[in-house]
Amino acid sequence: MKPDTLTQRILPVVTILLVIVAVWYVAAVFMNAPFQRDLDRRANIATSKPVDFIERTLSQPKPVLPAPHQVVSNVFENTFLRRVTSNRSLVYHAWVTLSSTVAGFTFGTVLGILIAVGIVHVKALDRSLMPWIIASQTVPILAIAPMVIVVLAAVNITGLIPKALISTYLSFFPVAVGMVKGLRSPELIQLDLMRTYHASAAQTFWKLRVPASIPFLFTSMKVAIAASLVGAIVGEMPTGAVAGIGRKLLDGSYYSQTIDLFAALIAASVLAAALVTIVGLAAKIVDRAMGGRPA
Amino acid sequence: MSLSPPPFSVVSARKLGLTFETNDGPVHALSNVDLEVRKGDFVSFIGPSGCGKTTFLRVIADLEKATAGEITVNGMTPEEARKSRSYGYVFQAPALYPWRTIEKNIALPLEIMGYSAAERRSRIERTLDLVNLSGFGKKYPWQLSGGMQQRASIARALAFDADLLLMDEPFGALDEIVRDHLNEQLLKLWARTEKTICFVTHSIPEAVYLSTKIVVMSPRPGRVTDVIESTLPAERPLEIRETPEFLEIAQRVREGLRAGHSYEEQ
Repeated sequence: MKPDTLTQRILPVVTILLVIVAVWYVAAVFMNAPFQRDLDRRANIATSKPVDFIERTLSQPKPVLPAPHQVVSNVFENTFLRRVTSNRSLVYHAWVTLSSTVAGFTFGTVLGILIAVGIVHVKALDRSLMPWIIASQTVPILAIAPMVIVVLAAVNITGLIPKALISTYLSFFPVAVGMVKGLRSPELIQLDLMRTYHASAAQTFWKLRVPASIPFLFTSMKVAIAASLVGAIVGEMPTGAVAGIGRKLLDGSYYSQTIDLFAALIAASVLAAALVTIVGLAAKIVDRAMGGRPA
Repeated sequence: MSLSPPPFSVVSARKLGLTFETNDGPVHALSNVDLEVRKGDFVSFIGPSGCGKTTFLRVIADLEKATAGEITVNGMTPEEARKSRSYGYVFQAPALYPWRTIEKNIALPLEIMGYSAAERRSRIERTLDLVNLSGFGKKYPWQLSGGMQQRASIARALAFDADLLLMDEPFGALDEIVRDHLNEQLLKLWARTEKTICFVTHSIPEAVYLSTKIVVMSPRPGRVTDVIESTLPAERPLEIRETPEFLEIAQRVREGLRAGHSYEEQ
């Protein structure tokens, strides 16, 4: 670890984390207090020390806002202390969501690249396709997801594919837009150079446009993978999927299992962070292999 | 084209004109240019910006199309000449691909033109040696200085043995010390390879030092105002720039520029 890593990078992040946790605790006390007072009155606990009262507000089984330690212990329990095949295991649900995320992301990236190649090379597609692509993203995914799932279920396609399709729908867009920009990024002088060699369109594409677009591809893939995860979770919500983080979120809100709800949220964000980090690492490795200047 | 250029003519232009249609009306980038470049010539094009020197080079390279007159390159139309890979082009910027090492950059035209791996290897070695960059083949462009990058781009233009080298202000972005050094090296390279070189510049000493023929151009419309055959010997140490003969040619270039109103407030 470099000497300045601690003060330059870790300290600021940890500080903000501590502030958030502190605010969260205070908020939890205030939000859970009315219900706790109600409980206390029924249990005939007339007076008690404020410390005891606060402790009770932070240990309700179904709090309005669960305390951080309740969420942490729930996440820990459901991640490490359960069999991964168990219906209560967060690993199990995360795995279900992850598989449709990755499938949808893969389709979306391939589709986005194909669309970009078409747009860059065919003038008619540039004019006709681009407005539709942009329009596609203005339709709320929450409106489309149930339709996709219901329609596909009607033709007996259920499970992973409908969810992956929703991820595809969200993830092809950043890739298509980023790759159009990337494939058009070579400078005039570099294109002129290819012309002086009498290079074919295919040679210009593979030797110039593709390598020039790689940094753009990875930047858009980072956005796309996060969008894919959102798509997979949204896809799990409307139709009562049997498993997945979306299912956990839905259960949590149906049965007021706020601790479970927050645990599922944490699982989703850990998953998102991990996926974005993996894409970022891949980007770094490829950049190094392509002679990138070390930062 | 029904024109029969004289023997040994590499570039032959007759009444060449090029007019760009812009929103502000037509711009006459080139007008009535007559020029003969013989095999083995080192021809410099000099003039202020807007005189059409770069445009003329781009017409030779078939990167622009003339709108009037006739031009042949190696006895062909520029398009045929480009398609038969008759020339190597060196741009103002090195235009090296940053994801390729220096030797891979030199290999680029060779890959495109379908040379075998063994042939590529030996040509990379040979051209790196020509521009004094042996040992730098595995470096990436960013690891080299500006002057070295431009030398690498010259090596790339030499790699496929075109007899004609078109250079568009290749040293314009470099400082004068590096530039002197590269000019000296370029003359040696020209003597060794016996190429025909068309060289665009806006430096009078550079044009006089390098050339066997200096084409003075002026703007609005872009045209040739003087063609000077150099009387300097083939062997040219840097000190030749202090000789009366050198200064006399430089003076004539200056007069040509003045005659084309190149020194007036624009």
